[in-house]
Amino acid sequence: MMRFFLRRLAGLAPVALGVATLTFALIHLVPGDPVIAMLGENAAPVDIAAMRHQLGLDRPLPAQYVSYLGGLLRGDLGSSISFHEPVTALIAARFPATLELAAAGLTVAVLIAFPLGFIAGARPGSAADFGAMAFAILGISVPHLYLGPLLMIVFSLRLGWLPLTGRGGLAHLVLPALTMGTAMAGILARMLRQSLAGVRDADFMRAARAKGLGEFHALAAHGLRNALTPVVSLMGLQAGALLTGSIVTEIIFSWPGIGRLMIEAIAARDYPLAQGCVLVFALTYVVVNLLTDIAYSLIDPRVRLG
Amino acid sequence: MRNLSLAAGAAIVSLLLLAAAAGPYLTAADPLAIDLGQVLAAPSRAHPLGCDALGRDLLARTLWGARVSIGIAAAVVGVSLAAGTLIGGVAALAGGRIDELLMRAVDVLLAFPGILLAIALAAILGPGLLDLVIALAAMGWTGYARLVRGEILSLRERDYVQAARGLGASPVRLLLVHLLPGVAAPLAVQASFGAGGIIIAEAALSFLGLGIPPPQPTWGGMLDEGRAFLLVAPHLTTVPGLAIGLSVLGFNFLGDGLAQRFGRRT
Repeated sequence: MMRFFLRRLAGLAPVALGVATLTFALIHLVPGDPVIAMLGENAAPVDIAAMRHQLGLDRPLPAQYVSYLGGLLRGDLGSSISFHEPVTALIAARFPATLELAAAGLTVAVLIAFPLGFIAGARPGSAADFGAMAFAILGISVPHLYLGPLLMIVFSLRLGWLPLTGRGGLAHLVLPALTMGTAMAGILARMLRQSLAGVRDADFMRAARAKGLGEFHALAAHGLRNALTPVVSLMGLQAGALLTGSIVTEIIFSWPGIGRLMIEAIAARDYPLAQGCVLVFALTYVVVNLLTDIAYSLIDPRVRLG
Repeated sequence: MRNLSLAAGAAIVSLLLLAAAAGPYLTAADPLAIDLGQVLAAPSRAHPLGCDALGRDLLARTLWGARVSIGIAAAVVGVSLAAGTLIGGVAALAGGRIDELLMRAVDVLLAFPGILLAIALAAILGPGLLDLVIALAAMGWTGYARLVRGEILSLRERDYVQAARGLGASPVRLLLVHLLPGVAAPLAVQASFGAGGIIIAEAALSFLGLGIPPPQPTWGGMLDEGRAFLLVAPHLTTVPGLAIGLSVLGFNFLGDGLAQRFGRRT
C-alpha cells in the first residue's frame, strides 16, 4: 500500500514538470507578444525594451526557462505588475476561497447525485428512474453562466433569502455552491445509475438476496460500494469541469478566489500574475487527479496493485 | 425502449441548425441597431423577445448568436476531429517510439485542464474568430486522438483487418478503408458530446470577455451584459441562458441516442 502511494507520488513529478513547461511555453512560444499586449501597439520602442528587460524577456529562452523553474522550486512566481506584490502572496491569499467554493460545490453535487442515482438505479425503467434522469440531464444542460444569475434572481432578489454576492458565512456559500454543483450532480447521478444497474445481476447481489435481504438493503449494503468505483473516477475526471465552473461562478458571485484573480490579471495584461494563476490551477488539477487515483484504490480493493 | 434520446436530440439539433442558417430571414430586425426608445423593453409585437440595455432586438441577437455558437462549435469539432484522428491514427499505426512520443504529448495536454488552455490561448492570441477556434480546438483534439488510437489498436487485431493485411493492403488503405469506418461510430458519439462542451466553453469565454468582442452578439456576451439588469429585465439573461441550455441539451441527447444506437456505453 505504502509503495503504491510512493510510486504514484513519484509519478507526479514528471507530470508537474510537463504542466509547468506547458505554461511557460504558452506565454513564450505562442505568437503574440505579451509586452506589446500590455503596452499597446503604439508603445514607444524604448518603453517596450524597458519592460522586456524588467520582466527578463530579453534574455535567451533557455535561460528564462531555467530561472522560471528555479523560481518555481523556491515558490517564487515573480511579481505582479498591477498589484506590485509577489504573485505567490496574492495567490496564497485567494486560494482558500477557491478551495472552499470547490469543496462546497462538490458536496452539493454528491448530496444531489447519490439519492438521485440510487432512486433511478434501484428500479431502472420505472417512473422514478425516468423522473430522476430527466432532472439529471436538465442539470447537466443548464450552463453555470445561466444558473448563477437565475438563482440570484429567485433566492436573492425576489425572495431575499440569501446574499447576492461576496464571501462570508455559510449563507454566502449556498448559491455559488449550487451553481457549481448542479451540472456535476447530473453527471454523477447518471453514472451511479448506470453502474448500479450493472451490478444488480452480479453473483454477490444474488447471494445477498438469497440470505434474505430486501432489494433496497441488498443494493444499499452491497451494490453501492461496488458501483462506486466508476463514480469516483468520474469525479476526478470532472475536476476540470469543476474548474470551468469555479472560474465562471467566481465572476458571477464576485467570489474572491483565484479564478477571478486570473481573469482580472488577464484583463489588466498582468502576465506574471496570469501565468501564476494558470500554473496553480493546473497543478491543483494534477494533484486532484492523483487523489482520485488513491481514493479509487481505497474503495476498490481489486485496484490495489503494488 | 425506443430511442427517445436520438429523436429528441436530432430534433433539437436540426432546429438549432435551422435557426442558425435561416436566422436573418426569420426577423427583419438588425441585431446591432441601437434604439434608445426601446431600452430594456419587455416583449412586444415589434420585438417578440424584448430589447436589451441599448434597445437592440433580443430575438435578432439570439438568432445571430446561434450562428456564432453553432458555427464555432462545428469548426472546432471539425478541426479537433481531423487533428485527433490524424495524430491518434499515426500513433496507433506507427507504434514504438512515435506512438510513445505522441501519447506522452497527449498525456501532458490532458493533465492540463482544457478550459484553462483555452482561456490562456484566447488571452494571448487576442479576440477573433480564428483565434477562438484555435484556442478551443487546442483543448478538444486530445480526447479524439486517444479514442482513435485505442479503437484502432483494438480493431487492428480483428480478422477482417488481418485478412486485408494478408492480401497486401497498404497501411494507408488499411486506415482509410478498413479502420476509420470502424472508428466512425464512437467518434460520432464523442463529437456530439464535444459540440455541447464547446458551446458551453465558447459561451464561457465570451462571458469572460475573451471570446468574440462586442457589439457582435454571442450568447455568452449577452448573458454577461444582461447580468446588470437581473431585477428589472430578467429576460436579458433568460433568453441567451435558455438558448445555451437547449443547445447543450440537444447535443447531449444526440450523443446519448447515438451511443444507444451503436450499443456503446458513454
